[in-house]
Amino acid sequence: MKLMPCPLNGPRNISEFACAGEVAELRDPADCDDTSWAEHVIFSNNTAGVVREWWFHTPTSYWFIAERNTVTDEILRTYPAGEVFKARFDYAAAKDEGGK
Amino acid sequence: MPFGLLKYGFAKTYPANPILPKTPELKPSYDVVIIGAGGHGLATAYYLSTVHGITNVAVLDKGYIGGGNTARNTAVIRSNYITPEAVRFYKESVDIWTGLANDLGINLLYTQRGQLTLAHTDATVRTFRERAEVGTHLGARTKMVDLKQIAEIVPCMTLDPEARYPIQGGLWHEDGGTGRHDAMAWGYAMGASRAGVEIHQKTEVTGVTVENGKAVGVETTRGTVRCGQVVQAVAGMSSVVAKMAGFRLPIRTYPLQAMVTVPLKPFLDPMISSTALHTYVSQTARGELVIGGGSDPYELYSTRSTLDLKESLIADTLELFPFLAEVKLMRQWAGMTDMTPDYSPIMGESPVQNYWLDAGWGTWGFKATPVTGKRMAETVAAGKVPDILQPFRLDRFRSFALANEMGATAASH
Ligand SMILES: Cc1cc2nc3c(=O)[nH]c(=O)nc-3n(C[C@H](O)[C@H](O)[C@H](O)COP(=O)(O)OP(=O)(O)OC[C@H]3O[C@@H](n4cnc5c(N)ncnc54)[C@H](O)[C@@H]3O)c2cc1C
Repeated sequence: MKLMPCPLNGPRNISEFACAGEVAELRDPADCDDTSWAEHVIFSNNTAGVVREWWFHTPTSYWFIAERNTVTDEILRTYPAGEVFKARFDYAAAKDEGGK
Repeated sequence: MPFGLLKYGFAKTYPANPILPKTPELKPSYDVVIIGAGGHGLATAYYLSTVHGITNVAVLDKGYIGGGNTARNTAVIRSNYITPEAVRFYKESVDIWTGLANDLGINLLYTQRGQLTLAHTDATVRTFRERAEVGTHLGARTKMVDLKQIAEIVPCMTLDPEARYPIQGGLWHEDGGTGRHDAMAWGYAMGASRAGVEIHQKTEVTGVTVENGKAVGVETTRGTVRCGQVVQAVAGMSSVVAKMAGFRLPIRTYPLQAMVTVPLKPFLDPMISSTALHTYVSQTARGELVIGGGSDPYELYSTRSTLDLKESLIADTLELFPFLAEVKLMRQWAGMTDMTPDYSPIMGESPVQNYWLDAGWGTWGFKATPVTGKRMAETVAAGKVPDILQPFRLDRFRSFALANEMGATAASH
């Protein structure tokens, strides 16, 4: 069993968690062209080495950030997302373009 | 008799026949450099040299030939996908497989034993109908079967209506089969080296030389090489090598694990795969049961095995075949798979000129080795991507023209 040290729940079996990929700079879909949106959503660094990732503890619906080595699978550090995201990120109000 | 055997062994009259020539010195330049001597790289080299007469080719691998996912897959060969583009492409591969042992002069143990995929929900039954129609239309033998027919195809499988996920119906793919993966890699390697291709094992590519947006060579652990064209076919390492050439891919690398049991008496002829249980099972010619499932739950560049996967694969297999509960496992292993968001591969042009991509093969690229080799060779020789590969171009991710094969791939490989 591999343990994930959850900042909220302490060490838990990693099968209780879901990984949501590398922490990336947030992009606003309302002011982002198709190419950069694809770059943001679909393309990936897929880094072999230490990455900063979003993780989610499913039973408690708790999101946090983990620093993990994707070659050795060592989890170096986990912390609440608030350590990185200090300010609220407001998306521009999405325009209704009639399904365009 | 033992003495006779000993004499035979020491006699000079019958020298050992090495499968491949020794790795030669690297030349300063080649017409084509292929990164990765897995099935895909070797097949590309084979068709380049034998069909297109391009023989000044070097295939470079950081390990040994066919030691990557080519050696680690569960050998499922099928064409029962859902999009017409994919069915057409994979069917061409199945067609090549049927004559490949003769072409390569090596026994590939290729058998079309049929593949039965199980639906446990109405939604899956509906996608099976679509797959049966698309397959039939394009000449890939694929049809719906009901519980009675399933019981005839696999009499030993549990069809319990009280099961956790009762079986609703099946997709029967008579063209589905298995082949010997190592022999395929050796066959392509031997054929290519006979035609003059150089295969350099233990030669890792560490950099790609790009001048004015054009690939002109590669750096390796054995020196720098110039070349006219580069083909990248490195499976799980696709993003790492693409980064050397200066671009990103829509790929995430996940381990994929599989395992085999000790050999048993033959009892299972077709391959069985379950969409809801995320497991598939087949019996090899030696009698072992090969069991596989979905990728690991998170990204990792490693070929380690886990207890979690073993537990879940076994539990799911026992839902179908409870009588296997006492059977011992013999081996468990993993490969690094290069997963795309739409479960389709990426072939053809890259952002760098003269640098061709063969990537994103994830958990399903073994079956496609022959067609990929043939069509990538055609691409490099003509400098143009043929129609059959167009749906799989990298650019589809920027124009949101994805080729979604997730449902037809995730549990079936
Ligand atoms: C457990 C498992 C089960 C699978 N089951 C199936 C199945 O049933 N059916 C199916 O169709 N597919 C299956 N697959 C997928 C299939 O194995 C792969 O898609 C296919 O083998 C890819 O072939 P390849 O030649 O592109 O890659 P590989 O065989 O992995 O070859 C890539 C080569 O590139 C080399 N390389 C990497 N980096 C470098 C570098 N920097 N320099 C030089 N060389 C480098 C590696 O050493 C390797 O030999 C499975 C995969 C796994 C792991």
